[in-house]
Amino acid sequence: MSRSSSIEPDVPLQEMVVESTLSAAKKPEAAILSEVERCGYSEDDIFAIKLSLEEAMTNAVRHGNRCDASKHVTIRYAVTPERTIIIVRDEGPGFCPDRVPDPTAPENIERPSGRGIMLIRAYMTHVEYSATGNEITMVKVNER
Amino acid sequence: MAEPTTRVKVTRTRGICVVEFSDRKILDELCIQEIQDELMKLVDSEPKIKLLVSFGNVDHLASAALGMLITLNKRVQEKGGVLKLSNIRSQIFEVFKITRLNKLFDIHDTAEQAQASF
Repeated sequence: MSRSSSIEPDVPLQEMVVESTLSAAKKPEAAILSEVERCGYSEDDIFAIKLSLEEAMTNAVRHGNRCDASKHVTIRYAVTPERTIIIVRDEGPGFCPDRVPDPTAPENIERPSGRGIMLIRAYMTHVEYSATGNEITMVKVNER
Repeated sequence: MAEPTTRVKVTRTRGICVVEFSDRKILDELCIQEIQDELMKLVDSEPKIKLLVSFGNVDHLASAALGMLITLNKRVQEKGGVLKLSNIRSQIFEVFKITRLNKLFDIHDTAEQAQASF
């Protein structure tokens, strides 16, 4: 398994591969959130992980795989009482996150899209994209 | 008088349309599109609408829902109306603050306060 992220997990990752549809994305979301709740994260942390995971999956399906249901989204994750690591990879060409316009800039504030990445960065402890831009690694440290 | 729809409940109080969501989570894109369609229809049917969207029932939303609200706000303004938001719980208000949309929208703590401000 090749890894392009420097955020190395210290526990084995579980892997799920799902069809690239928003409805199929619900399965890994439910599995991960169930473990997060079991590990005793705070309400705010659960909200943060749920929102970030939802945004990452939507980006993978919509922007990465361009809603092509024949493609797949791969989710690798590990949830411990100390931290949650989630890696979402799509089969798209990737993108450069630094080139995404700042949605809070006055000229962009009324644009209806482009806020997902910003929210992920705000809510997760660490966020990193692979060099190819089609894989995001998100880490949430349990502050409890 | 309540007008039941699929995704939102609309009531009218002193000339103000008050919208509440049926779903606690406004996450799914299809759900968000349906909400947008219903609200656009409402705005188009009532020029110069005074529209209050209450989030009292909502405990989660995705960024696509923010986009829906921005599109709705534009349409309301085009039609000479006014849109206000209320009853946004603290976790969701934080989403508005991070994206600075708390500056774009007129947000009130309660529906009563919002109604009094029209």
